[in-house]
Amino acid sequence: MIRVDEKGFYGKFGGAYIPEMLHPNIEELRENYESIVATEEFQKEFKLLLKDYVGRPTPLYFATRLSEKFGAKIYLKREDLCHTGAHKINNTIGQIILAKKLGKKRIIAETGAGQHGVATATVCALMGMDCTIYMGSIDIQRQRPNVERMRILGAKVVPATSGSQTLKDATNEAMRQWINNPVDTHYIIGSVVGPHPYPEMVARFQSVISEEMKWQLLEKEGNENPDIVVACVGGGSNAAGAFYHYYNVPQVRLVAVEAAGLGISSGKSAATTVLGTSGILHGSKTLLMQTADGQVIEPHSISAGLDYPGIGPVHAHLFDIGRAEFVAVEDEDAMNAGIALSRTEGIIPAIETAHALHALSMIEFKKDDVIVINLSGRGDKDLDTYIKWGGY
Amino acid sequence: MNRIDQLFQQKKERVLSIYFTAGFPKLEDTLPIMEAIEAAGADIIEIGIPYSDPIADGPTIQDSNMIALENGMSLKVLFEQLKEMRKTVSIPVVFMGYLNPIIQYGMENFCAKCKEVGVDGLILPDLPMQQFLDEFKGLFDKYELRNTFLISPQTSEKRIREIDQHSNGFIYMVSSHSITGAKTGISDEQVTYFERVAAMDLKNPRLIGFGISDAESFSKVSQYSNGAIIGSSFIKKIKDSKNLKEDIKTYIQEVIR
Ligand SMILES: Cc1ncc(COP(=O)(O)O)c(C=O)c1O
Repeated sequence: MIRVDEKGFYGKFGGAYIPEMLHPNIEELRENYESIVATEEFQKEFKLLLKDYVGRPTPLYFATRLSEKFGAKIYLKREDLCHTGAHKINNTIGQIILAKKLGKKRIIAETGAGQHGVATATVCALMGMDCTIYMGSIDIQRQRPNVERMRILGAKVVPATSGSQTLKDATNEAMRQWINNPVDTHYIIGSVVGPHPYPEMVARFQSVISEEMKWQLLEKEGNENPDIVVACVGGGSNAAGAFYHYYNVPQVRLVAVEAAGLGISSGKSAATTVLGTSGILHGSKTLLMQTADGQVIEPHSISAGLDYPGIGPVHAHLFDIGRAEFVAVEDEDAMNAGIALSRTEGIIPAIETAHALHALSMIEFKKDDVIVINLSGRGDKDLDTYIKWGGY
Repeated sequence: MNRIDQLFQQKKERVLSIYFTAGFPKLEDTLPIMEAIEAAGADIIEIGIPYSDPIADGPTIQDSNMIALENGMSLKVLFEQLKEMRKTVSIPVVFMGYLNPIIQYGMENFCAKCKEVGVDGLILPDLPMQQFLDEFKGLFDKYELRNTFLISPQTSEKRIREIDQHSNGFIYMVSSHSITGAKTGISDEQVTYFERVAAMDLKNPRLIGFGISDAESFSKVSQYSNGAIIGSSFIKKIKDSKNLKEDIKTYIQEVIR
């Protein structure tokens, strides 16, 4: 069984390795989130907003031309059609309702690609909450449109200038600011990372993805179980959502796709399960890219959302016990897969998502296999990167 | 007897602990800085083990960590530098470090090395109490290392009592809701918190840290505790120092005057 235990561990990974200053915040969350989330009131508000505001259920689209091309039955789970353009909003809707119920007045969040930042700024506007987003200065440059979207939505975007100036440092900065403002502020973490209970809480909010997949597949294929589910992994929230209801269905293959950057052995990569070892990052024990001395290595990926030196503890566990297959896709292959999907299906995917698409060329499957690819986001935010890349 | 225990037996007021980052500003400065801190009259030396992602630290200590790492500091190098420290340093020495580099080094190796070179205690801010009790307490005891936990204005009375029960050496009171180096001046709200904890009659001595920067703040917080810890302000003083020994002496003697 894949389940988080009482201390917040998935097997060897997880826990809450946080400074004492954050202990009251984490305890408050841990003690209250399950009971709040379980109330009918919460569920009603959550489901209504997912339906009328986010636009759920998202379609499970049978990709005819892509299926022909690869010789399998390929479905795309269209998270790109969510309001704000990615799966990230499933989580922010859940957490903002929770924050309100906890009596919080301010929201802080980290962001890499800017998708989580936009999704957070959006729900803050929706609920009239003060919003500050921490974003690495390099990401601010490469995801400009999302920075402006956050600002239009009324959020303050603060550059994280330390370290590699990407997602890892934005997360450090958000944690520091939470230490500085522990009473009235809720920190909306954007992936299945961080101290317990975040990884499980975020996964639950994202689990709506596989919940829908089940009935949609039953409708279309007469079987709620596909043969394979494929998703990209930055921290791992879209993958956790797409895998969640299949964790304990062993005949469903789970394929997690990491970013290999310029290549596994290039020194510029974010392929955590290949290059990482067990350690502690952002409050949980997980696999992370680090030196022999335990210093975190600055990762590289062309996609800001996958440019992270760790993965969520649940994915470290899935890897550890062999429940999921992990593949690593290089920048170039991802870009080409993104352009190919645009041409075959008329869908321009986020570059994060494009990594998952290339996995089709890397894994083995049979002709009639039903494969669901979690199309985690759309490519609008990545137009600059596509344009610079060229090749179309 | 452990040097920390000994210190607090003899001195109960205005204990001054100075934090600096190992290998900063120059790789080889570690031991000379320690000697200068002792010569200047401080009571405890707190050596920061540099880490790439110090989430409880403000910009000053973040920078000193980055520079120390660029200088080539690591636990291996540090233990080598401290091999003979007990020939020239007699006051208590405490390590402050994030868990990950220590875990990669190996907790038992680390504790054994600490004892070997003469380190007296540990402050590991991201080691939660439960994990400490479950996994590491036995090792700390075996190698006679005192373990210091942090408390903050948010820490409940119940938790402070638990922390007091499982700490030895001293308790580190974080002065406000903040990361290191954030605020200056001591507010009435902080004083209320200091008084509240002072009235709890804990078994461990208490040192107050974060935001203590000069003679005034040192004297003020010392009224409500056994003394204070200075970090960021000291780091700023030594960052561009041309004469470490002199500058450290002037700074510390000004604080404790
Ligand atoms: C479209 C999209 N997919 C995937 C990710 C990666 O995050 P996660 O692994 O948490 O799904 C991001 C992150 O920003 C994203 O924007």
